[in-house]
Amino acid sequence: MTLLSPGEWGIVALSLKVGGVAMLGALPVAFALAWALARVHFAGRVLLDAVVHLPLVLPPVVTGWLLLLAFGAHGPGGRLLAHLGISLLFRWTGAALAAAVMALPLMVRAIRLSLEAVDPRLEGAARTLGAGPWRSFATITLPLSGPGVLAGMVLGFARCLGEFGATITFVSNIPGETQTLPLAIYGALQLPDGDATAARLAVVSVVLSLGALVASEVLTRRGAGPGRQQHVL
Amino acid sequence: MCFEVDLQLVRGARRIAVSFVGQSRLVALFGASGAGKTSVLDAVAGLLRPESGRVVVAGRVLFDSTGRVNLPPQQRACGYVFQDARLFPHLTVRDNLLYGWRLASPERRWMSLEEACAFLGIGHLLGRRPRTLSGGEAQRVAIGRALLSAPRFLAMDEPLASLDAARREEIIGVIERIRDELELPILYVSHDAAEVARLAGQVIAMDAG
Repeated sequence: MTLLSPGEWGIVALSLKVGGVAMLGALPVAFALAWALARVHFAGRVLLDAVVHLPLVLPPVVTGWLLLLAFGAHGPGGRLLAHLGISLLFRWTGAALAAAVMALPLMVRAIRLSLEAVDPRLEGAARTLGAGPWRSFATITLPLSGPGVLAGMVLGFARCLGEFGATITFVSNIPGETQTLPLAIYGALQLPDGDATAARLAVVSVVLSLGALVASEVLTRRGAGPGRQQHVL
Repeated sequence: MCFEVDLQLVRGARRIAVSFVGQSRLVALFGASGAGKTSVLDAVAGLLRPESGRVVVAGRVLFDSTGRVNLPPQQRACGYVFQDARLFPHLTVRDNLLYGWRLASPERRWMSLEEACAFLGIGHLLGRRPRTLSGGEAQRVAIGRALLSAPRFLAMDEPLASLDAARREEIIGVIERIRDELELPILYVSHDAAEVARLAGQVIAMDAG
C-alpha cells in the first residue's frame, strides 16, 4: 500500500469502476451487433460495420464532442435523461459512457470473430436433436464462442482503462468523479512537481494493460484450439 | 406408408422438385452429387424451408404449405445422421450421445444409453472427445446420438462417404440392424449404386437440374 498514495489508489479504483461499468454496459450491445454482423444478412450491413468501427479511427475528441452534442443539456439524449432525473455531464457515468463507446469496436470485433468460428451446422444438428433456438444458442453457440467473448470483454475493459480524448472532451477532468488514470497522468504532467505521481500511475497503466492483453491472447488461443488461432488485433 | 414427400425447393439459382410415396422401411434418394439430395433431407428435417409442398412421415404431417403446417426441427423427431458426423466438439462422447436424450420427454424415449452403447459397440468411447475419434467411431457415435434422441424416423446423408472399406462394412451392418431390428423408417441419401441396392427397399432417383 506504500506504492501509491491514498489519492492515487482512489484514481485506480475510479478507473476500475468506470472501466468495469463501461465494459459490462457495452457487452450486450456489442454482442447484439456482433451477432447481426456475423449471422444476419441485411441491406445496411456494410454501413453498420463502418459505423461500429468509427470510434476506432475517428479522432477521440470528435467522438467526445458528438457525445456532448447528444447528451448535453440541449441534446436529444440529454433531454431524455433529464426527464428521468439523470445527467451524465461531469459525472463518472458520463466517463463510463465515453469509454463504452470507444471500447465497442474492439469488443464487437472479438465477439464477431468468435461467433463466425462457430459452425452454424452444429446448431442445426442440435435443433434436429430436440433443442429450440434458445437452447441451441445456450448449449452450442455460447460455449463454443465463450472464450472469444471473454477475450473481447478483457480487451474492452483494457481499452476503457486507457480512454482519454473522448472522456476529457465529454465530462472534463474532475478529480474523484471523472479523473481516471490517463486523465490523472495528464493532470500530473501539467504540475511542476507531478512527475513522480505520473510515473507511478503510468506503471499501473502498463501493468493493467499488459495483463489484459496477455489474458485475452491466452483466452483466444484456448478457444481456437490448436491450429485455429485467430488474432483480434 | 412411411414417407409421403412432395417438395419444391429453391437453392440459389436452382430449383429442386421431388415427389414420392415411400412404402419401404428404408427409402433411398439416389443420384449424382449436386442433385439436391441433401437439401431434400434438410427440408424433411426442418432445417431448410421449402417453397411449397408437403411432408408426412409415419402419419404425422411435418410440413404442408397449403395447410400452413411447418413444424420446427425440434418437434419433427427426425434423427439426422450427417455425412460428417457433426458431433459437438466441446462435449464428451457421453454428452453428445445424451444431448437429444435429455431433451426428449421420458415417455417418448425408447432406448437407453446402455442399449445404444451395446447396439453400436461404443461403450469404451464415452469419456473421449470427438476430435480423438476415428471416422468410423465418430459415425457410430453420431448414429447413437440420433437414435437416443427418441426419433420417429432417421434421415441419413451418405453416412458411409468418409469411411474406408472395412469401416463401411461395419456401418452398413449397423444400418441393416436399425432397419430390421429397430423397425425405424429411414430416409437414406447416397450416390453409390451398390450401397443403395443392398440397403434400400425402394429407390427414388434424383437427377441434377
